[in-house]
Amino acid sequence: MQIELRDIRKTFGSVRANAGISLLIPPASIQGILGENGAGKSTLMKILSGFILPDSGDIIMDGSRVVIHSPADAIRRGVGMLHQDPLDFPPLKILDDFILGRRGAVFPDRRKAAREFRQLAAQFDFDLDSEAYVDTLTVGERQQLEILRLLWFGAGVLILDEPTTGISQPQKEKLFATLRKLADQGMTIIFVSHKLEDVELLCSRVAVFRQGELVGSAEPPYETKSLVRMMFSRDLAFTGRTSVPPGGPILSLRGVSLEALRLQIRDVSFEARAGEVIGLAGMEGSGQSVLLSACAGLAQPVSGRVRLGENDVTGLSYHAFMKRGVAYLPAARLEQGLVAGLSLADHFILSEGVGGIFIDRGRAQDLASDRIRTYNIKGAPSHQVESLSGGNQQRMLLALLKESLSLILLEHPTRGLDIESTLYIWSKLRERCAQGAAIVFISADLDEVLQYSDRVLVFFSGRVSPPLPAEGLSVEKLGGLIGGKGWDVLASAAVAHG
Amino acid sequence: MAKTRSSNALLQGAAIVLAVLLTTLVLLAAKAPPFAAYANIVLGAVGSWDVAANVLVSWVPLLLVTAGLLITFTAGLWNIGIEGQITLGAIFTTWMLRGLQASGLDPSLIISMSILAGMAGGALWALLAGALKTFGGVNEIFGGLGLNFVASALNLWLIFGPWKRPGVASMSGTVPFAPSLWLPTLTEQSRLSPSALVIALLAIVLVYLLLKGTYFGLRLKAVGKNPNSAYLLGVPTWQHMMISFALCGIFAGLAGAVQVTSVYHRLIPSISSGYGYLGLMVAMLAGFNAAVAAPVALFFAALNVGSIQLPIVLRQDSSLAGVLQGTLVLFVLLMQGVRERLAGKGLPQ
Amino acid sequence: MTLEIALVGLAGVLTSAAPILFGVIGETISERAGVTNLSMNGKILLCAMGGFAVALATRSILLGFLAGAAIGGLVALLLAFASITLRQSQVAVGFVLTLLCRDLSYFLGNPVMGTTGPSLSMLSIPFFQDIPVLGLLFFRQDVMTYLSFILVAAAWVFIFRTRPGLMLRGIGERPAAAYVRGANVNRLRYLYTVAGGAIAGLAGPIYSLSVKAGWKGTISGLDGIGWIVLAITIFGGWNPFRAAFGAYLFSLLQWLGLVLQPALPGVPSQVLQVAPFPLMILTLLFVNIGNAEWVERSLSRLPEPVRRRVARALRALKATPPAALGTPFTKE
Repeated sequence: MQIELRDIRKTFGSVRANAGISLLIPPASIQGILGENGAGKSTLMKILSGFILPDSGDIIMDGSRVVIHSPADAIRRGVGMLHQDPLDFPPLKILDDFILGRRGAVFPDRRKAAREFRQLAAQFDFDLDSEAYVDTLTVGERQQLEILRLLWFGAGVLILDEPTTGISQPQKEKLFATLRKLADQGMTIIFVSHKLEDVELLCSRVAVFRQGELVGSAEPPYETKSLVRMMFSRDLAFTGRTSVPPGGPILSLRGVSLEALRLQIRDVSFEARAGEVIGLAGMEGSGQSVLLSACAGLAQPVSGRVRLGENDVTGLSYHAFMKRGVAYLPAARLEQGLVAGLSLADHFILSEGVGGIFIDRGRAQDLASDRIRTYNIKGAPSHQVESLSGGNQQRMLLALLKESLSLILLEHPTRGLDIESTLYIWSKLRERCAQGAAIVFISADLDEVLQYSDRVLVFFSGRVSPPLPAEGLSVEKLGGLIGGKGWDVLASAAVAHG
Repeated sequence: MAKTRSSNALLQGAAIVLAVLLTTLVLLAAKAPPFAAYANIVLGAVGSWDVAANVLVSWVPLLLVTAGLLITFTAGLWNIGIEGQITLGAIFTTWMLRGLQASGLDPSLIISMSILAGMAGGALWALLAGALKTFGGVNEIFGGLGLNFVASALNLWLIFGPWKRPGVASMSGTVPFAPSLWLPTLTEQSRLSPSALVIALLAIVLVYLLLKGTYFGLRLKAVGKNPNSAYLLGVPTWQHMMISFALCGIFAGLAGAVQVTSVYHRLIPSISSGYGYLGLMVAMLAGFNAAVAAPVALFFAALNVGSIQLPIVLRQDSSLAGVLQGTLVLFVLLMQGVRERLAGKGLPQ
Repeated sequence: MTLEIALVGLAGVLTSAAPILFGVIGETISERAGVTNLSMNGKILLCAMGGFAVALATRSILLGFLAGAAIGGLVALLLAFASITLRQSQVAVGFVLTLLCRDLSYFLGNPVMGTTGPSLSMLSIPFFQDIPVLGLLFFRQDVMTYLSFILVAAAWVFIFRTRPGLMLRGIGERPAAAYVRGANVNRLRYLYTVAGGAIAGLAGPIYSLSVKAGWKGTISGLDGIGWIVLAITIFGGWNPFRAAFGAYLFSLLQWLGLVLQPALPGVPSQVLQVAPFPLMILTLLFVNIGNAEWVERSLSRLPEPVRRRVARALRALKATPPAALGTPFTKE
């Protein structure tokens, strides 16, 4: 099936997620789509798979203009989407999951379905038992199940969203072999990823997205450098780095291994010293969040030790970490950081944890007004916290930090904020460093990572680089590492060092 | 802001009108004269000093359980086990009274100790529901419900078994205690005990202050609204849930103790009299606000007492009070949904 | 005690479990779709009263049952509207409805209280009734008891073997995935909540027209049954056969309580009637303990192979509710 997109536009509020995308995807091809988080890839895929309607623009399939109203509509038209987290039913048997949603008689012919399932599975050399339960499968196997199901439902176009996250190397090879075979059979495949290596290996053509626009396309043989430049490059406005000379170690991880839902992080060691800023770079879901949680006592390492200063704090709770001067600021401000329904003043009272029984409202009011002024928050002490804008909520979180802290852990501290707020927040964080705190932060924004970090840890599918001095890093090199390129060099450099 | 406030008031007014309308329809369906019925309820509640005193008698336990429930609701918990907590309060009170009635101690000391025992009993039962939730993953609604049945089984076993009346055990309960062990009442015939009334009023004021003015109350509110954020702000989450269960149990146990020491003077099979469930309704209708809860509880108590005469005067069942209470809460909930839908529409996706 | 008396008693257990089965299956269907209908206790009372009153007025038992189903469906419709369309808490609305329905049944049932009305007669099945033992047990029952046998099997087949049943499980487990596969999640939730409510509503007339024929207001002895039904639904792990086992176990224990009473003079009958409950709590604890956070947290520290094994053992034991139970669905 041939798919043509003409000038697709979609905005959310003031964000232009898709700013006029036009793309022609011929049948029997594997179209790669590359881009950073927030580049507009997933918006386009949601439009194609019927989750959202575009504001304007046309989708033309095999010469006729179509409007895709719903995911069910999409599959009727032969567009199947494989979501990053497979949208299946974990407690069901594989066969039930396979049948669910397909139209037909009230009593489905299970035997026939099982036979067809086995035939399809055999065709691609998938080893799945139709009587097993979905929740006993690995992510890779669940993907295989979804692909079989979509084919059985009659998909002629297959969209895959970051399909290689969380699956093993052999599974990845099998997936790629399957996709090539399907393309040979005439299927159109759209492969959305940020992993350069995968895209270069698999795709017959690549389109690169940046800030909602299609900024370039390429065909094999690919030139990694130019792809990275298209994905990341822009004019950087570096302000002078005002690093404080680092002091003694505040946080140290020794041989820490972690297990998350789809990731395993093995043997991470690093130190954060007083006055130092460490940036954790990588695409979302590459392991940064789990590691940061472990630094806060919110996730427990499977092995290895976590130390704060001189004390071994492995296995202690977040509250024990807090008592030792650690603060953790999550990315989901209203879900995890602030309490919707409580006022700004209430939050200050909660975080200060003053003794006594009765709240001293007068003092709380003074404290709140004082902090609101210092942190330049647009809101009054009596306002409820959910009425603040995103930028002000972030300032609020910063304002809630206690006076003396030794370690501040932040997830996406400036995501969704304007330049002014970003600069302001970093100036405040810098003040903390000057007072002797160490900062570890996650950001998807490479500029931010390079601009504010002293050292950088790069994450790729659970792999963690040794701390790299930000000074010697370029956007290109960092972008390559994030996309899974250049790790061998890193490894040999580490060996040479050792 | 002013506009939403006035539209809120409008929707709440509509809820009340609709509730009265529906109840009137129910009355018409039962071929009862609506005005006569309503008048009868009003007269039954405030027609004489006696009935007015009875309203206050009924107000006391309702106010106590509502006070307790406001604490668990603030922590985001549905303490349906409240009925069992009242029952356990009554059982512990009776147990202490039985143990000490022949001890020769000062009666006021015995009464105080048995009321304290009742509070402990209620707290114990509530903590059991809390432990089932915190450590066993049993939803507090179903754990609480199960514990309600266990409590009433225990109660029946005591009444028909170890504590049965000499001779024949019966649904009328255990042997009444000596009048010296009754909580003093206003007059000889009245069941209204001024001290119980004072305790209940103190309870609601205490809860109001607790939730409005203390660090504990604020932390509890944070836990109820968003346990994740509360934990990250440094609030020990499950500990606060357990404390809120215990506090609610204390108030429920107190209600049970009052029923034993000042109303029935013995343990009876249905000692909780549905006050726990009614308290949940009061709390919902009052929007979980302690200051509003007191008058709402008084209104509900008046409806209950006022409708007692319905069977005699109009040959109608006294459950009309429950119908009116239920429709009121139902329509308030529905109107809240309407309001949120209207407000939601104005916002961008 | 002769064998025949015991058999008659056991046949009575099957009869008295019938209304509980209707309630449990109705609730199971509703919860499978993701909606907890907490109104059960009041709903059974209201349907019992309504069914009896209609049967009395029309002299038609069939209309009595239809009235019960209709009332049950209406109450469920109200809950669906409040929770799906108006997005109010299912627990809050269900709880209010349970109290409201109870009081409505007492109030509206006042005129028919204590009157004798029609009641369902036994319908022996020719030939089968003469089979020794089984005939007495299974084939000399009333029509609703036969239907209760069929209902359990039919519900199981529907949920686990049919295409719509598969989708029903889907919308309760993972509505987003069901939506992607073409389900109109909210419309289906309406449908199954109302259907479940209607089936559960039949429990009322089964009481008032058969098991405890008549309407006696507050002393009908029906207040509390609905809460038992809800507990058995959880005990049943949202599986009709396991739920039926729970219902029969409960009825059996109650009957044993009556039978054993002469042997245990110290234990009052009321206690024996509620004795199954401590057992139920223990079971609830066992089926739920795998869901507790501390279990997961301590599990996460165990080495991988041990953890897998313990997790598997816990999973075999626990009854996992439909993952989306109680949560409203919005498409993104």
